[in-house]
Amino acid sequence: MAEKRITYPKSDHIKKLQMIDITKRFPGVLANDRVNLEVNEGEILALLGENGAGKSTLMKQLYGLYTPDSGQILINGKEVVFHSPTDAINAGIGMIHQHFMLVSNLTVVENVALGLKSSRAPFLDLKVVERRMMDICDTYNLKLDPKRYIWELAVGEQQRVEIVKALYRGADLLILDEPTAVLTPQEVDEFFVILKKMAEAMHSLIFISHKLNEVIEISDRVTVLRDGCSVGSVKNENITKTDLAEKMVGRPVVLQYDRSPLNRREVRLKVEDLYVPNDWDEDKVCGVSLEIHGGEILGLAGVSGNGQRELAQALSGLRAASKGKIYLDGVDVTKAAPYEHNLAGQSYIPEERNKEGIIKDFVITENFILEDHDKEPYSKNSIFNFKNIDRETQRAVDAFAVKTPNLKTMVKNLSGGNVQKLILARELSRKPRVLIAAQPTRGVDIGASEYIHLRLLEQRDLGMATLLISEDLDEIRALSDRIAVIFDGRIVGIVDGPSATSEMLGLMMAGVPLEEAQQKK
Amino acid sequence: MDNLFNPETIFGIIGMAVTLAMPYLYAAIGELFDQTAGCYNLGTEGIMMMGAFSAFYVVYETGNLGFGVLAAAIVGLLMGLIMAVISVTFKAEQGISGIGLTMFGVGLSSLLFKTLLNGTVLSVKGFKSIRIPILGDIPYIGDAFFNHNIMVYVAYLLIPIASIILYKTTLGLKIRAVGQNPQAADTLGVSVNKIRYLCVCGGAILAGIAGATFSIANINMFQEKMTNGTGYIAVALVYFSGWKPWRVLLGALLFSFVNALQLRMQVLGINIPSDIAMMMPYLLTIVTLIFVKSRDKPAALAVPYERSEN
Repeated sequence: MAEKRITYPKSDHIKKLQMIDITKRFPGVLANDRVNLEVNEGEILALLGENGAGKSTLMKQLYGLYTPDSGQILINGKEVVFHSPTDAINAGIGMIHQHFMLVSNLTVVENVALGLKSSRAPFLDLKVVERRMMDICDTYNLKLDPKRYIWELAVGEQQRVEIVKALYRGADLLILDEPTAVLTPQEVDEFFVILKKMAEAMHSLIFISHKLNEVIEISDRVTVLRDGCSVGSVKNENITKTDLAEKMVGRPVVLQYDRSPLNRREVRLKVEDLYVPNDWDEDKVCGVSLEIHGGEILGLAGVSGNGQRELAQALSGLRAASKGKIYLDGVDVTKAAPYEHNLAGQSYIPEERNKEGIIKDFVITENFILEDHDKEPYSKNSIFNFKNIDRETQRAVDAFAVKTPNLKTMVKNLSGGNVQKLILARELSRKPRVLIAAQPTRGVDIGASEYIHLRLLEQRDLGMATLLISEDLDEIRALSDRIAVIFDGRIVGIVDGPSATSEMLGLMMAGVPLEEAQQKK
Repeated sequence: MDNLFNPETIFGIIGMAVTLAMPYLYAAIGELFDQTAGCYNLGTEGIMMMGAFSAFYVVYETGNLGFGVLAAAIVGLLMGLIMAVISVTFKAEQGISGIGLTMFGVGLSSLLFKTLLNGTVLSVKGFKSIRIPILGDIPYIGDAFFNHNIMVYVAYLLIPIASIILYKTTLGLKIRAVGQNPQAADTLGVSVNKIRYLCVCGGAILAGIAGATFSIANINMFQEKMTNGTGYIAVALVYFSGWKPWRVLLGALLFSFVNALQLRMQVLGINIPSDIAMMMPYLLTIVTLIFVKSRDKPAALAVPYERSEN
């Protein structure tokens, strides 16, 4: 049978792409202010910047999702205007979004075929798509099973689907938005091999990141954005992390903390053989046992989706465990409601801070008293004492350096870092003995992260027991006294914090047992 | 009780159920397309009433059954357009706009009935039964399954057709993607709004025809509020089906069978309060909905799509 080829509009190969003086304004925000960027074929350009620096906005304009208010995009010296992603795709641009753009109840090959013209129109031609897709997989050494559903795939595999989708559409230039955020260190290594292969094949790559190590490791050139402006573009030769961090933040940054010696006290939180189901009644936590002492931070490392979310929710009373026990200071709280956990001296910093941590349309004072609004000094006999509320909130806002015009500002108008500081201020003001902190600095800029880390260490020294759940290994290693690694709902092993290497943790995050991981080291 | 368990009665009930399932099938398959694309249309009941009236009126005036179905389809399309403009273009709350559309449709059909037909219950010659050769001659089974009018047969044909469109065509892939993850579809150049317009309007055409089946393919007369909640049951059926065409068929047959059973029990004078009997299909709906959990539930159901601002 003659090979049926799908025809898609293929543009001229992109040798050089320039974005010149791009300005984009949203109501109240100047997201991009005369930003310049240039990338050549076969080159990996890192686009570095903090959250909210305007990286994603800039790239969404290159991909036709937004149109610039002013400025030009040139391909091979010729101006192009993209009104929609279709225009960008036709010009040879592909984008891999930070939150994958995959339809979870479709198969891999259906996701690749979505939006393509079919040779058997109006019917689908999944066989043809599958054959071409596997050719691409072979060329770049991407392992994928076309028949599996997206929801069955690990995050690393989902990312490969995104890459194949872009390459299938003939992308010359690939925009990768924070592609490593969800990968284990080993997966990152594999991913970088793929990137280098693509660069060798004369693809241009724009790699968006705020992780300094990775930027230095993979890129040929680095363009730094700060507050919507490009603050410089440098060749990746002899640049250091400190230089880049300073460029990105605009001031010198501490990258390592001094920690006081561990002063371990009695067990505060004890988890025994815990099983927790997800929304589909499948156990996502399978037999987890942990003990956390006062005065220590136990880091829980793992790739997202390995049961961390369900575990954190079970520990805070938001999700019922199907089996096992949770003890808080020796008292069985397995079936306790969230407010009972609060009363027992436990605080929770949720992963989804905008959904579970705050009420966006409430003002700062209201959010601050959410948990204790019915207690003194905030209220008496169901009547609020606004003087006390304002005083206590002001004290916390000052103590935790929450940047806000005033206390009556709606929380939805604060930046991610300030929201997180507010949540931290609320939770720590309650003087908890146990803290469950899930992804406390995700999406928070370096300055605020640094601040949050220091406060967590301070509370540790005062005797609080902390479970720090994070996908950021640097954070886990900087703060934890012990590190437990979770994979597929089970604890793979618990290691001493200071002596753990990222290689070893990375292997364990992929499910390799502790003993083997130590040997491989 | 004795007279309930002879073959004649049982196949009589089955044959009745096969007919009663017809409006559920049209309306629920229409609603299935809506919901798979991420919109849900609670206006189905109102669209059905308008379909029922317009089909009846056109047939009453012209005597042409084809024109009757066409009229119901056009009225359905217009009401679908209203729904689409409200929920897709203006991104309004779908539940509320659907309820509004239902009240509008039910009210307008009553008004037209009173002004155009003076509120008199009349009857027309509806679609005639067609006995399918050979199969129709099998004792009992022939009468139950193969002796119905064309609208009934088409209703059952909708199931494989919907299945092929949703699972074997590029359009179907787009529809499923738009209901699950409109952002993903948008980034691949699929027009979310276009697909949703298509599905809401297509679904409404089917809802209009579903209404017509009451007035020109079954009862063959028009009464106010004659659809009697069928549109809502159709919406529930789509949930019951887990968004799968074949399970819509299963659900429609189940409900219509229970319905036929309670009708027959009343006729046979079996001593169950008729209110309880009439509650049965609805009770069944609620009970089944409690247990529905499906990965195929469109994740973006009832969520208007907007490109995010950051």
